[in-house]
Amino acid sequence: MGEVTLGQYYPTNSILHKLDPRVKFVGTLTYIISLFLIRGVAGWIFVTAVLAGLMFLSRVPFPYLIKSMRPILFILVITVIFNLLLTPGTIVWKFWIFQITKEGIRVAIQMALRLSYLVMGSSLMTLTTTPNALTDAMERLFAFLKVVKVPVHEISMMMSIALRFIPILMEEADKIKKAQMARGADFESGSFIRRMKAMIPLLVPLFVSAFRRANDLAMAMEARCYHGGDNRTQMKPLRYKGRDYVAYLLMAVMLTASILFRIFGKSAI
Amino acid sequence: MLIELKDVSYTYGKDTVYEVNALNHINLGIDEGEFIGIIGHTGSGKSTLIQHLNGLIKPTSGQILFDGSDIWEDGYNLRELRTHVGLVFQYPENQLFETDVITDVMFGPKNKGLSKDQCEERAKEALKQVGIPENFYKVSPFDLSGGQKRRVAMAGVLAMDPQVLILDEPTAGLDPAGRDEILGQIKYLHDKRGITIILVSHSMEDVAVYAKRLLVINDGRIAFDGSPKQVFTHYRELEQMGLAAPQVTYIMHRLHEKGLTVDLTATTVEEARRSILLALSMKKSGGTEEGGGSPWVK
Repeated sequence: MGEVTLGQYYPTNSILHKLDPRVKFVGTLTYIISLFLIRGVAGWIFVTAVLAGLMFLSRVPFPYLIKSMRPILFILVITVIFNLLLTPGTIVWKFWIFQITKEGIRVAIQMALRLSYLVMGSSLMTLTTTPNALTDAMERLFAFLKVVKVPVHEISMMMSIALRFIPILMEEADKIKKAQMARGADFESGSFIRRMKAMIPLLVPLFVSAFRRANDLAMAMEARCYHGGDNRTQMKPLRYKGRDYVAYLLMAVMLTASILFRIFGKSAI
Repeated sequence: MLIELKDVSYTYGKDTVYEVNALNHINLGIDEGEFIGIIGHTGSGKSTLIQHLNGLIKPTSGQILFDGSDIWEDGYNLRELRTHVGLVFQYPENQLFETDVITDVMFGPKNKGLSKDQCEERAKEALKQVGIPENFYKVSPFDLSGGQKRRVAMAGVLAMDPQVLILDEPTAGLDPAGRDEILGQIKYLHDKRGITIILVSHSMEDVAVYAKRLLVINDGRIAFDGSPKQVFTHYRELEQMGLAAPQVTYIMHRLHEKGLTVDLTATTVEEARRSILLALSMKKSGGTEEGGGSPWVK
């Protein structure tokens, strides 16, 4: 099976895992806003402490959190290089047409921190929340959009079905790939075009099975009289507990602190 | 020895939270011309095991030898190995993709690098062997019935002319007629073409009839390895593994408990019938054993 970190849920029983998914969703948004609000060294120390604290609470092994950085590594490097070279200001180092400025170094460090904190923070959410809980949370949080005729329930249902089918289809793809390899198919060597052509024996059966599964699922839902979200109750309705209110309170504290850091923090960084 | 496994272990998702030990130190030798049945409950590691035999999975540790050479040595041609060791997956009809039946079956030989004529010849032969008549050759594989699709998919592997044919639950989801047909064709391939067969199955009845040697896999280990008769004498242990001996075995044991001297190692209905009739006729002629209790003694 491939190394896919999507829906990378890491099962443990930490306090973060137990929090209501809505809290985690709103919390992640608050955290991201705070990231962009803060200013000054003290502010950065504050956010770092928050992130470190959450990481500790999540009980997810550190390597997993670092692994989430891998996909954005490229973007991170590009951002740093461009900020380093293209920010005008007092020149520190110059070579041919390249120049690095004091401001450039500052902006680059800041951007690198922001990006990596952003990714680490949000992957902390996906590591501690199952995709299904997350779509549930979003359905509830965006329920107000029903007023303007947005089919919130249907969209969230589609999302959870899509999420549910990713591992199934991946497994299926793996199986078909192996079956074709057993018939001597070669997916690895040859030119780009040859390799694209070699995908046909994999893609055709995969599509056929995806459509078949979709059909079966639609039939099964119909057979159980599914007709959308109206008057539908949930098996595990989301209910706030004490710890969730505490979490909201802490979020408010974090946001206020960030605003204060914005106002009083040195504009240097 | 054709295929040899030396101390093979395999772990899924190594170094992650989802780590699962699928195979534990498997040692196994397979000779040419054998007909082996592999049984084990779901998740016992049997599917993982067979995927090692043609190099689809690389063992975490241990060695796999085909014809005496290590298949994971540098420079070993795995694609060629796969033409010698054909593997028919579970629900093989899910791998059909071409526009017509014959082209789909030709996929294997084409990968082997044969000419178009040779491929076609091989495909036709393979289709004949699985009993697909000529008027189906130009039909889309997606228009066939379930059983036909499965046989076309099997032909797709057979067309590569393998020395060893591994089949993972080839009868799953088929009706009794379709099941007997497929198993009969497999037996034909073994008897007439001398192909080494490895048959993975849930059905004790099937393996009891066809296999000469039976491997029972439990928790990633080989629990039993012997003739079906030998293995089924351990029917109590088999039950603890979530398996069962053929129903006939149970009947024979119950009859024996009731005082009828029948052959306890009978595994097929035919053997059982003969043994019971023999025991009954002996009883009639001798007639001096304990009376009453048993419904068989009047």
